[in-house]
Amino acid sequence: MTMQTPLTPGAEGTQPGPGRPGPVTAATRVHRRVGSLRRTEGVYYLFLVPALVLFTAFVVAPASVGVFYSFTDYLGFGQWHFLGFENYRALFSDPAILGSYGFTLGFAVVTVIVTQVIALALAVALTKRVRFAGGLRAVFVIPMVVSGIIVAYVFNFLFANTLPALATSVGFGPLEQSILGDPDLAWLAIVIVSAWQTIPGALLVYTAGLTSIPTDVYEASSLDGAGAWKQLRSITLPLISGFIVINTVLGVKGYLGAYDVIVGLTNGGPGSATSSVAMTIFTGFTSGDYAYQMANATVFFIITVLISVLQLAVTRGRNLRLA
Amino acid sequence: MSAIDTRSPATAAARTTPDQPRRRRLGRVDVPLTILLAVGSLTVLVPLYVTVTMAFKTSAQAVDGNALSLPFPFNPASFAEAWTLTRFPVSFSVSLGVAALTVVATLLLSSLASYAIVRNWHRRFFRWSFVYLLAAMFLPFPVVALPQIKFTAMLSLDNPIGVAVLHAMFQLSFSVLLYSAFLRSIPVELEESARIDGASTWQIFWRVILPLLGPMNATVGIFAFLASWNDFMMPSLITADPGLQTLPVVQNIFQSQFGTNYNVAFASYLMAMAPTIVVYLFAQRWVISGVTQGAVKS
Repeated sequence: MTMQTPLTPGAEGTQPGPGRPGPVTAATRVHRRVGSLRRTEGVYYLFLVPALVLFTAFVVAPASVGVFYSFTDYLGFGQWHFLGFENYRALFSDPAILGSYGFTLGFAVVTVIVTQVIALALAVALTKRVRFAGGLRAVFVIPMVVSGIIVAYVFNFLFANTLPALATSVGFGPLEQSILGDPDLAWLAIVIVSAWQTIPGALLVYTAGLTSIPTDVYEASSLDGAGAWKQLRSITLPLISGFIVINTVLGVKGYLGAYDVIVGLTNGGPGSATSSVAMTIFTGFTSGDYAYQMANATVFFIITVLISVLQLAVTRGRNLRLA
Repeated sequence: MSAIDTRSPATAAARTTPDQPRRRRLGRVDVPLTILLAVGSLTVLVPLYVTVTMAFKTSAQAVDGNALSLPFPFNPASFAEAWTLTRFPVSFSVSLGVAALTVVATLLLSSLASYAIVRNWHRRFFRWSFVYLLAAMFLPFPVVALPQIKFTAMLSLDNPIGVAVLHAMFQLSFSVLLYSAFLRSIPVELEESARIDGASTWQIFWRVILPLLGPMNATVGIFAFLASWNDFMMPSLITADPGLQTLPVVQNIFQSQFGTNYNVAFASYLMAMAPTIVVYLFAQRWVISGVTQGAVKS
């Protein structure tokens, strides 16, 4: 799932959400005052345990088993032996694997930049004196509610049939062939459709961010003679930086796991030019490469976490300065 | 945010928030920007227009590649064919069932867990549980897909129910984050009086907390529904029986054996896309404010 999702800008900051001192001390105070609370404590465990148990059983346990098998020659069934780091060593000299990482990382970086720039521009533009702003925003958000794979099928037809037909009729050579069949251009189609689909989520997050800025700040700055560009750079961007961070981090994570849109557009082709890491991992399900692809998945997980942590670390200084 | 709106009267020169009524500013509409945005909205509208017109074309007209032409002759027969090819009533029901189960499971699991976490933040177990659940936010499904496919098969959950369980699991971190942020803003004093009246924590959750969570329930529910309803990856990998596939997954039949019947394919795409778009268009104000409030309130 690549949907962009809004978060509190504070949540990714220096501490996890509910760690704020306010409610904690309040809760503690209540505990001291109302003695009967001690006995109801057990109920809270009952509230929390279902989520913990299901999450452990369906996500953490399978993941751990998978990581374990990545050190073996397990085929997905039958006998297995320990291989140590053999699978991991093989990964780094496998051109198919390296190619999929190259494509996926490049695609994620380009798409997140395209998406965030357009979404932010739209969000800002829609707060200006625009006619039908509500209606326009409603239209721009439509892609959020439609399925990625179906959108990809629709665009597949447009890229494969309509665009070449249009290009031929106006005599524009480079586009007379479908870009989906061109190993050097097919990734562009995937960027376009992924951006098309994820801009609305980012747009709504930025809209929320812009709404939270008090209008007096702009009034004061325009009295001081600040122009629109100066206001954008010195007021808007710093004040919504938390929203930018969270959009970017979750966006990159989503694009790294890209699957639906690629299946609908190119299915990894032509050749393996647009084969994402997710797609190569899934081949382990059918090709008997279970253990090998689990090693791939483990590396992929580490890279995903590292990229997220890196993004948060790089942007943290900026956030603190504003806080 | 409404507090901000009422405080600042429409100073036309200043930046205004999107929630402010627009009408009083119409005298000073930014025409070039409006035109630019309207043209930009074509990037959304044209693909939708193509989907609708293609669905009503004959197969002869559909293959000519001109997606922008209007259907002539008008041919609604494709819908009947798409209806039977995709076994629409079955796949629609499966999709709806999976999405409904995902929403209910997500709302219940994450609101209960978040309430317990926020009210017991002083205990290490609850703090660690929060971090534990949140860690999954950086866990893409492909990483755990292979073992999950085996695991769900082992439990005889290689079916839509298993898909719904996994959908709920992958919504959990994000929903817990939204809920707990929102719950922090609810003063404990509200519960205190109920407690003094003799209500148990269980009763307080259902009668006091859950109603207060109203807007956040909407936000979490919308995200869970859309993620589940539109997903292709998980059902296509988890569900073993092709007869129990969801709407997005069954569309793949048009990629192979009916490769050139574009009109039927688009009729099918339209039938799969229409429900959420129609619901969205009727409820869009509510959906947009639900989603943006989720981001602001938390």
